[in-house]
Amino acid sequence: MKFQLEDVTVYFPYDHIYPEQYAYMLELKRALDARGHCLLEMPTGTGKTIALLSLITSYALSKPSNPPKLLYCTRTVHEMEKTLAELRLLHDYQLSQLGPSARILALGLSSRKNLCINPSVVSGSSRDSVDAACRKLTASWVRAMAIENPNIPTCCFFENYEKAGSDAMLPPGVYTLQDLRAFGKEKGWCPYFLARHMVQLANVVVYSYQYLLDPKVAGIISKEMQRECVVVFDEAHNIDNVCIEALSVSIRTQTLEGATRNLSKMSQEIERLKATDAGRLRAEYNRLVEGLAQRGNLPITDNWLSNPVLPNDILKEAVPGNIRRAEHFLSVLRRLVQYFKGRLQTENVEKEGLVAFVASINSQAGIDQKMLKFCYDRLHSLMLTLEITDTDEFLHIQTICDFATLVGTYTRGFSIIIEPFDERMPHIPDPVLQLSCHDASIAIKPVFERFQSVIITSGTLSPIDLYPRLLNFNPVISRSFTMSLTRDCICPMVLTRGSDQLPVSTKFDMRSDPGVVRNYGRLLLEMVAAVPDGIVCFFVSYSYMDGIVNSWNEMGILQDVMQHKLVFIETQDVVETTLALDNYRRACDCGRGAVFFSVARGKVAEGIDFDRHYGRLVIMFGVPFQYTLSRILLARLEYLRETFQIKEGDFLTFDALRQAAQCVGRVIRSKADYGMMIFADKRYSRHDKRSKLPGWILSHLRDAHLNLSTDMALHIAREFLKKMAQPYDKAGSSNRKTLLSEEDLERMGADIVSEMLS
Amino acid sequence: MWKCMRAASLWTIWEERNGRIFQEKERSLAEVKECIMTRTISWLKTSDLFVNYSIDDLRRNWAVVASTTSTNIILQAERKSPPEGHKFTKEGSKQALLNLTQDPEMGGGYIFEFDKFSDRDVCRDFVGKVLGKIQSMVSSGQDARAVSERSAVAVHDEQLSTREMEHRMKLLREDSELQKLHKQFVIAGVLTESEFWATRKKLLDTDARTSKQRVGFKSAMLADVRPLTDGRTNKVTFSLTPEIIHQIFAEKPAVHQAFLNFVPNKMTEKDFWTKYCRAEYLHRTKNSIAAAAEAAEDEELAIFLKHDDILASEARRKIRRVDPTLDMEADQGDDYMHLPDHGIFRDGNKEVMDSEYELYKRTLSQDLNRHAAVVLEGRALDLELGDTRTVAEALARSKQVELATESSDEKANEKRLERLSQMAGIEDLQSSRGLPFAPLCIKDPREYFDSQQANALQALGDTIGGMKPINYSLSTEEAYGSLRDLISEMKATGLNHPVVKPDVALKVLNALTQHLSSTKHHVGKNPQESVLDRLPRKTKEELLHHWTSIQELLKHFWSSYPITTTHLYSKVTRLKDAMSQIYPKLQEIKESMQSDFRHQVSLLVQPMLQALDAAFAHYEAELQKRSTKAGTRPNGTV
Repeated sequence: MKFQLEDVTVYFPYDHIYPEQYAYMLELKRALDARGHCLLEMPTGTGKTIALLSLITSYALSKPSNPPKLLYCTRTVHEMEKTLAELRLLHDYQLSQLGPSARILALGLSSRKNLCINPSVVSGSSRDSVDAACRKLTASWVRAMAIENPNIPTCCFFENYEKAGSDAMLPPGVYTLQDLRAFGKEKGWCPYFLARHMVQLANVVVYSYQYLLDPKVAGIISKEMQRECVVVFDEAHNIDNVCIEALSVSIRTQTLEGATRNLSKMSQEIERLKATDAGRLRAEYNRLVEGLAQRGNLPITDNWLSNPVLPNDILKEAVPGNIRRAEHFLSVLRRLVQYFKGRLQTENVEKEGLVAFVASINSQAGIDQKMLKFCYDRLHSLMLTLEITDTDEFLHIQTICDFATLVGTYTRGFSIIIEPFDERMPHIPDPVLQLSCHDASIAIKPVFERFQSVIITSGTLSPIDLYPRLLNFNPVISRSFTMSLTRDCICPMVLTRGSDQLPVSTKFDMRSDPGVVRNYGRLLLEMVAAVPDGIVCFFVSYSYMDGIVNSWNEMGILQDVMQHKLVFIETQDVVETTLALDNYRRACDCGRGAVFFSVARGKVAEGIDFDRHYGRLVIMFGVPFQYTLSRILLARLEYLRETFQIKEGDFLTFDALRQAAQCVGRVIRSKADYGMMIFADKRYSRHDKRSKLPGWILSHLRDAHLNLSTDMALHIAREFLKKMAQPYDKAGSSNRKTLLSEEDLERMGADIVSEMLS
Repeated sequence: MWKCMRAASLWTIWEERNGRIFQEKERSLAEVKECIMTRTISWLKTSDLFVNYSIDDLRRNWAVVASTTSTNIILQAERKSPPEGHKFTKEGSKQALLNLTQDPEMGGGYIFEFDKFSDRDVCRDFVGKVLGKIQSMVSSGQDARAVSERSAVAVHDEQLSTREMEHRMKLLREDSELQKLHKQFVIAGVLTESEFWATRKKLLDTDARTSKQRVGFKSAMLADVRPLTDGRTNKVTFSLTPEIIHQIFAEKPAVHQAFLNFVPNKMTEKDFWTKYCRAEYLHRTKNSIAAAAEAAEDEELAIFLKHDDILASEARRKIRRVDPTLDMEADQGDDYMHLPDHGIFRDGNKEVMDSEYELYKRTLSQDLNRHAAVVLEGRALDLELGDTRTVAEALARSKQVELATESSDEKANEKRLERLSQMAGIEDLQSSRGLPFAPLCIKDPREYFDSQQANALQALGDTIGGMKPINYSLSTEEAYGSLRDLISEMKATGLNHPVVKPDVALKVLNALTQHLSSTKHHVGKNPQESVLDRLPRKTKEELLHHWTSIQELLKHFWSSYPITTTHLYSKVTRLKDAMSQIYPKLQEIKESMQSDFRHQVSLLVQPMLQALDAAFAHYEAELQKRSTKAGTRPNGTV
């Protein structure tokens, strides 16, 4: 359908639109007009993604002189694929409506591991080994040598791509990773470098958060994006965690041992070079005297990871004299590693501010702050000079230098924590030196500054006023939408008691109680027998899930569950989990039905949809609080309290409830879909916990469903399923429309829609 | 066995009585019989004598077993395995026994031993026929049991293979009406066996196909062998059945591989499984350190304890074909944040593992996932579970086939992408698209149209006058021409679209079902409305039976025109005789009715009579033509 939204003609690929989507687009458009940032919470299952894409592309079409570019950030690769699939649908529609003038170039960007088509390179098991294998074939010095000596292998795809030069272009269209690979195979061009090149020219780029937020990657890939970009962070409820992780580094004994090995290898290389090609080292020294380490004009293939520090904080001046010579720099690094080794031998937990830490480095190892700051640049330059291609071998020394650079650059918002062992396994010594970032606003600040509009959106951003404080920005629009439902197609319930009327909870003192375990098991068993197709269960942690599944196995509950449905479990092994998910879907497709056990903060909860028959019921066993004894969490809470005046308890509850809401929100995808949500913990019935749930769940949580036991919940579930099986009118009753057609939109203005929703 | 049988009969009859009294459900005699049979078999199956037979086996041989009920002769085929040697082998040294018993109470009998199975089968068939003959003499037509028909099949058709015969028996057993018809015509000699079945070829075929539906694995974890301890000693007992072994092979490729490599050459099967159970036990006790120590001593044991390399490589292969919207593995490629030692290391979400013994630690979740995956893949094997070795080999073969097909998965890839793009849409925002459909398979159309039948009969009675054929004034040429046009059009456009548009079809179907269900509702609510239901039960059944038998006869009658051979001629004559016998019977029914029903009955009978009359008229005309030898042969079809 096609409709007018103020001065923009919006092309929407479906015949109908939800009123929420219309209102969402309206707010979005106002934010774009104001060239400001915005924060929008819209329930899952109301077509956020398509509304976003459709409005922004239509907005760009309506401004042909200076169309804004869309940078769409997803958390995961599979979400990227989903987004691109929706975009293709939209693009096809726009083409059919407008003809060739609507052509755009949209592509997904990922790492070499997902894009490479050279069989000898991509066979590497990890991302780093693929990167290194690629460098071995494509680094500029390798290629230079290959010209003289044809025995040195190069990558034919990259050579072809280079030969094609400026002709190597992607024709307009929507490209998923799969399409990019297919295109590369057909033309014989390297899809990775082609995509990296085309990112500059594309109208829509879909990639991972980290390509914008993590300076190590963003420095290479997103450096040249212009200001006229609209940046979208979808499913952004965890964005603060991504930000703090991007700036955190930790050092363990393995790292230090590896770094020592790296250093001795590098010094061997230096000796060798001195004997054979001393000129190269001298040339590097001269370059460093003149100014910066070589940067900016590097061939695309020589780039490795970028500086871990945000672009604004990088010092634009010459490398200090005492680390210009390669041997001197190595000895500085050796002293640093030695110092870290000494610090790791502590027997108590130590917590320190950055200023004190830098001072102690200076006094004990004789390395001042400026030298620390330049560690990354100096190492990078040295590795280029030494022509090191197997970068995956040198990750350890890279870590040390990243750590040093961050320590040297920042003073606020970070702390150093040294732990001699893991809190939960005190008998196993595993010392770790952690630099942990507490302030999410540090990493995201450059993004807010660089781009004109940043849109942060998700199904769960409640309480919506907390995010601007955490990320330290001023949104021009910040709104939370409710959901207008044709029928009550979601059914949240709070289960507080088991079938024996005893309370259930995953509170620390109760969680291993066999009674609670049995009650949880009985709940699952009853539900498995009553609910068709797929059921998803979320547990608070892997260890808890392992424990409870093992006890269920011993009690025989698991065997009973398997009489009704197949059982799949998320494990820490990603490959296995992926296969389990795939099988889970097949089991639901073929009608056998299945249960999926997952973890609330795990990868599955992050981004896999369990819509339609893939999930008719979600059971959230317990409240997914963070591990509150973690030193890092405690330090962060302290920082939040001091800087933003956010109370610890509030933050913990907020964090747990957004995870829970996220988990149960996976179950619904459209208004025609339906699903039940069971919060199985007595703590959910308390108002202070419950009120942190997003509004669209709260509005369907009836008072009668707040304090249920297993048998009552079963009864409600049966009734609900029976009700949902009845035919209904999709457009909603006459006074409250939940599905609008083109004529409806024409008939009533925007005011009516927003009035309806308020 | 006889104890079993008696108990089963008592049990079932008791159950039936309960059903009749408390739930007002009634089962027919045939159903009850069937139930007794199934129950007996399932009980028998637990006894060690029959443990090697599948339920189906026993069912098929039931004809043999069941015949004892009337004649006190057990005809029992047994495949007994010799006491020592390969316990489950099928081929090789094996005895084929035929056990002829007279009067089981007395215990007298004969056991014949044959060299080959084929010999025994021939004999068994022969005995079966003889029995059949005896029975058809002994049992007067009225109370003839299913057995008599079954043997009759053998009597009438000598060329049929045992398998086919069994199949037909099964069909007859399942469908009581067919059985009645069969009894009436075939045994009375109106139709020959082959003629009777010729019109039901489809039934034979389709049934042969559907009966091949394989039983999948059970959802529950069988392979999770539970050890039994007797409490006093330290002995632990594991029991493995062929079913469990098959599942172990499917779920643990390494065990499968090891079995193929070791078993006959390096160790005996018993040793192999002992080792396996030991490994299982170690794993169960969750003592990974002990497991590691044991594995260091014994390399074969290590195979069972270590991670399964075959599984890992299989996983790598499979992950390429996974739905891209699920592929979490790809995320790792983008995750620069968790470079080794970057990101938050110890935030309490990650859990630490003891890496040294990780190799020997197999988690329950892995087992669960693996089990569910195997169940989903389904049983790859067709053969019966007996010999472990053959099972293992067959499994290996099927794996290879699977590999070969996997390599050509281009098409699957396309399908996946198409699915992905379909999934991208939001369902209720767009106009509905044609749903994928599976062809409807109704095994017994009667079940579906049951309610309609009553309705149709009623309608027949009401509107019999209006059912005159409409004369179309189309000449043959015109008709031919239009047909040709249609065909050429079809050739041009192709049959791309479904013949009927799905939504139209859906509408029609809805209307039909509504109509049907309303009739059913109608009939159920208010039995007085239906003509048939108002009739006494016996008459109703008789009427229906006559109706079907007339149908059967007419079908044969019309299909034998034009008469080209003497065989057909004689058949027609036979049919005619049979039909003429029905007239008085119908008349009898009519007269036996009370006067208030007589009108309705005559209305019901009328179409039958008309159909018969038409047939006779045709027969007479044909006869006249023949006798005068004048004119051309008419087009016999109507």
